[in-house]
Amino acid sequence: MAKKPVTVTLNGTERAGFAEPGQNLLDFLRRGLGDLSPKYGCGQGTCGACTVTIDGQTHLSCLVLAEAADGRAVGTAAGLADGARLDPLQDAFMENFAAQCGYCTPGMLVSARALLDRNPRPTRAEIVEAISGNLCRCTGYEPIIAAIEAVAEERTRP
Amino acid sequence: MIEVETFPTLAEAARAMGAGAAYLGGGTVMMRAVNAGDAPARLVRTTDPALTQIRAMGDTLTLGAGVTMAQILAERDLDFLHDVARQIGGPQVRNMGTVGGNIFAPHPYGDFAVALLALGARVAMADGSSARPIEDVLRERDRPSGLIASVEVPRPRPGAFAFRKVSRVRPKGASIMSIAANLPREGGRVRGARLAWGAMGPRPLRGAAVERVLEGQSVDHGDIDRAAQIAAKGLEPPTDPLASSWYRTAVAGVHLKRLLQSMEGR
Repeated sequence: MAKKPVTVTLNGTERAGFAEPGQNLLDFLRRGLGDLSPKYGCGQGTCGACTVTIDGQTHLSCLVLAEAADGRAVGTAAGLADGARLDPLQDAFMENFAAQCGYCTPGMLVSARALLDRNPRPTRAEIVEAISGNLCRCTGYEPIIAAIEAVAEERTRP
Repeated sequence: MIEVETFPTLAEAARAMGAGAAYLGGGTVMMRAVNAGDAPARLVRTTDPALTQIRAMGDTLTLGAGVTMAQILAERDLDFLHDVARQIGGPQVRNMGTVGGNIFAPHPYGDFAVALLALGARVAMADGSSARPIEDVLRERDRPSGLIASVEVPRPRPGAFAFRKVSRVRPKGASIMSIAANLPREGGRVRGARLAWGAMGPRPLRGAAVERVLEGQSVDHGDIDRAAQIAAKGLEPPTDPLASSWYRTAVAGVHLKRLLQSMEGR
């Protein structure tokens, strides 16, 4: 069966590749376009390690058909830093020891960035809710919540 | 090997269905099978924009089958469904999972359909035939007669509708059970009680025994206790890794009581 051409705007840059029949977006991003930041965790939408944004909304890329993303804007953790300048969230994750093994981190960052983009001053409850679709088996979540809170507080300062 | 066929309209997608084909909606259920390698050989999908529309006409809200939980949460007209949509999956799943797909989500998923069942929703199919009660569509969901176009939801009377999802993990966890109650009143007494259970059977089911107890009553403490005592009557809840059939049966009354108490004085 024929591969299908798929063009996405990946982190602001137009990228094209060929999707295999039934290939999911996660696999297409990693093997087709070489963006290794979204991770394969469970392959069934439970863990959130593959979280990306599609047109600004968080999606589980393992449950998105690659060809269904054709023509849409995809955002991954690899697009957060601007060259050597890290996203404030990435700095805060380091400062607060929010990554231990690090496997959930790219998905956490994408979910947290999506939250702060639509709600720059989230409450703790809103932060917990926003990362509830991202599993972390190392940190117990507290350092991650603290890191996101730190960025939110930074923004509220004059 | 999987073959994916994408159509610009729902009508074309519906015509392309047939033996060995599955419809791909939001993907939260079907893509799991694709990833596991046990999906049907043909996947049919559509990019029809009509599928993601929400329309309000009087007190009937029409939700396209492709409307996501996130869309419902963003729509003020659907305020009575916000408490339900908020409890479906995590944030990513709510951006993906659809109204139509939820009707087919296997145990223990499908909590949104439980709410639709209690609300007396009607389902319009892609072939344009007249809308059918959601009970009928749920009963035949293992051998569906076509693709769903939209779901018509009557707005409940103020304070008449409530939903409760019981899970072990918060804020995101699959259901041990979910309960939706729609208890409209006339002259202070319930007239036309509808109660629906999720994860208490092979599909979302009406709680006929509870409805009989509450019908015509004012739903005072005595009525609530009587309903709680027979809560699981007629139901045969399944055993799964979340809970045993025995446990679900044993705690159904407790959660029904909490739901009904939460509706008091509204």
